[in-house]
Amino acid sequence: MDTTLNSAEEPFRFVTASYVTRINNQKVTTLDELRTGLDQASDASIFYHTFHTLGRHHFLTEGFSNDFAQWVLTGLNRPALAEALGSVDVRDYVALAELRGDLRRLVTDYCGEHPRETEISAFEPLYFCESVEVAVPLGREAGTLEEFADALPTLSHASLHYHFIASRLRLQLGTNDFSRWLAQSLGREDLARRFDRLDIYTNTLDTLRQKMQTLIHWELNT
Amino acid sequence: MIVESRTAQSLDRYEELLGPEVEELRALARPLSGRGILMVNSTAVGGGVAELLSGIVPILEELALPARWEVIAGGRDFFEVTKAFHNALHGGPSQMPGDAFDIFRAYTERNRAATRLDSEFVVIHDPQPMGLIDGRANGAGHWIWRCHIDLSHANPAVWEFLEPWVVRYDGAIFSSPEFSRRLPIPQYLFYPSIDPLSEKNRPLDPLYVKSILEGFGIDPSRPVLTQISRFDRLKDPVGVVRAYRIVKRYFDCQLVLAGGGADDDPEGSAVLEETAHEAHGDPDIHLLELPPSSPREVNALQRGSTIIIQKSLREGFGLTVTEALWKKKPVVASAVGGIPSQVIHKHTGLLAHSVEGTAYQIRYLLSHPELAARLGQQGHEHVREQFLITANVKRYLTLFLHLSGRGSGVELSAVNPPS
Repeated sequence: MDTTLNSAEEPFRFVTASYVTRINNQKVTTLDELRTGLDQASDASIFYHTFHTLGRHHFLTEGFSNDFAQWVLTGLNRPALAEALGSVDVRDYVALAELRGDLRRLVTDYCGEHPRETEISAFEPLYFCESVEVAVPLGREAGTLEEFADALPTLSHASLHYHFIASRLRLQLGTNDFSRWLAQSLGREDLARRFDRLDIYTNTLDTLRQKMQTLIHWELNT
Repeated sequence: MIVESRTAQSLDRYEELLGPEVEELRALARPLSGRGILMVNSTAVGGGVAELLSGIVPILEELALPARWEVIAGGRDFFEVTKAFHNALHGGPSQMPGDAFDIFRAYTERNRAATRLDSEFVVIHDPQPMGLIDGRANGAGHWIWRCHIDLSHANPAVWEFLEPWVVRYDGAIFSSPEFSRRLPIPQYLFYPSIDPLSEKNRPLDPLYVKSILEGFGIDPSRPVLTQISRFDRLKDPVGVVRAYRIVKRYFDCQLVLAGGGADDDPEGSAVLEETAHEAHGDPDIHLLELPPSSPREVNALQRGSTIIIQKSLREGFGLTVTEALWKKKPVVASAVGGIPSQVIHKHTGLLAHSVEGTAYQIRYLLSHPELAARLGQQGHEHVREQFLITANVKRYLTLFLHLSGRGSGVELSAVNPPS
């Protein structure tokens, strides 16, 4: 059955998100303070330094995962802990509390194994900040896969990040807006799964977009 | 006094450069359509804030937002006081007139009476006009204080005088987390920005770049290391010469130190002399005193350089770093002030903490041009995302939407599926 022109049950409504950064009155200079800081930081702060930083640095692919890992590497020169923090994959989390808990556990374990390093001062402090998110509809919709494919190249990085990365927290389903729509409204479960397997750490948002376009092209031509 | 917006770059021209990011500005502006914005500062020309507002206000107008820019009035006595405040807030020495606080209060009252303050969003820039919040009618509108200076070492007496005004705002904006203070109101981070279409940043014909370099006696066929800065000890030009000397043992390179004229700055002249002394007449070291306004020459020097250095001992935000990154140049810089926000070590440039470290990072980049090119490209993307005038406008729009509760999404604790 040719389903390429099938209409979705619900159109995909494109949204863009914009953020302002709120400065918390909280800065840390040692691993011990980082451990406490992770305990005390708000959820919006954990989001800022993990999910949001992926959007702010969407053009980086090698060795940049989150602000905590980057600071531990460049501010404290502790590559083993940086690697451990950097390997935390935000896709594994549907709630910020779990993410915070794992980050804190990694720092606590490292401090336990290296007690002399807990009080070493960093070259520069880490300032905890928070994301304040405002989401605004772009006024565009896609009712078919073809319309979705046409819209994809024209989306801003912020919109891609909102739908493909930040949405995992919003949906709390371990998936993203695009995959959910492809599966639920178009019935294209395989394509949805392929979208969801795209690696947000080893791709830039632009290369992710290109891979999505390729996947859609295959879907429409096979 | 209302400042008439000069004709700025049309949003269409930014769209050619930035693509869908501009559509996003339009989407963010839509829910704010028709709602008044007032920007107030203390000067219409000269200085970074005036330059910033002369770019931002026309963009807001083009987005169908009724934006006004007002400049407060003040006599010589007022500006002597605010200059002293400025120095004191930076933590430096200041000559404060005995009646400074009375003078400040008197002008604040005069300006309050003369300024229309009924816009929904009021942004007050820096300390000079901050007392205008006395004219806020019964908590009406949304008032933000935009502080462009570093308050981390503020003189306690001046801060205690100003703080009662600050805490009445709905929020304060700082250029870096380390410039902020512990305050009972929300604090926001807005990076300073550059205009990619300005004389200092727009693309240049490579032949023009070459001609400028050759005009200064620089050989474009050999590596050029450049620091653009005032001749100021905090920019450590002597340290830059020392780093260059180490690099020179390995690479046949040239050094350019270019900055504003030192004629009317006794300390600048002394620093220039010290730097020339350190250069020992090396013909490959070019100390260039540029006229106060030489944006095209600075642009050409940056574009014609192999590596840009910013070896400051202390720094504000460091917009010369931003300019270099925008031009896709590999940057080696000190980890001070706002520089680490821009130079993410090994991703958008290299950070150093000493003369020897600076020299090593330069040598590393000269040995690995492919890495230098990658850092330059990623630095460009970083600026595009964070430090352009359009990103600044976007932050204002987002903050206004957040303050007024418009927009379908709010803070993360209340996230909702897309409508």
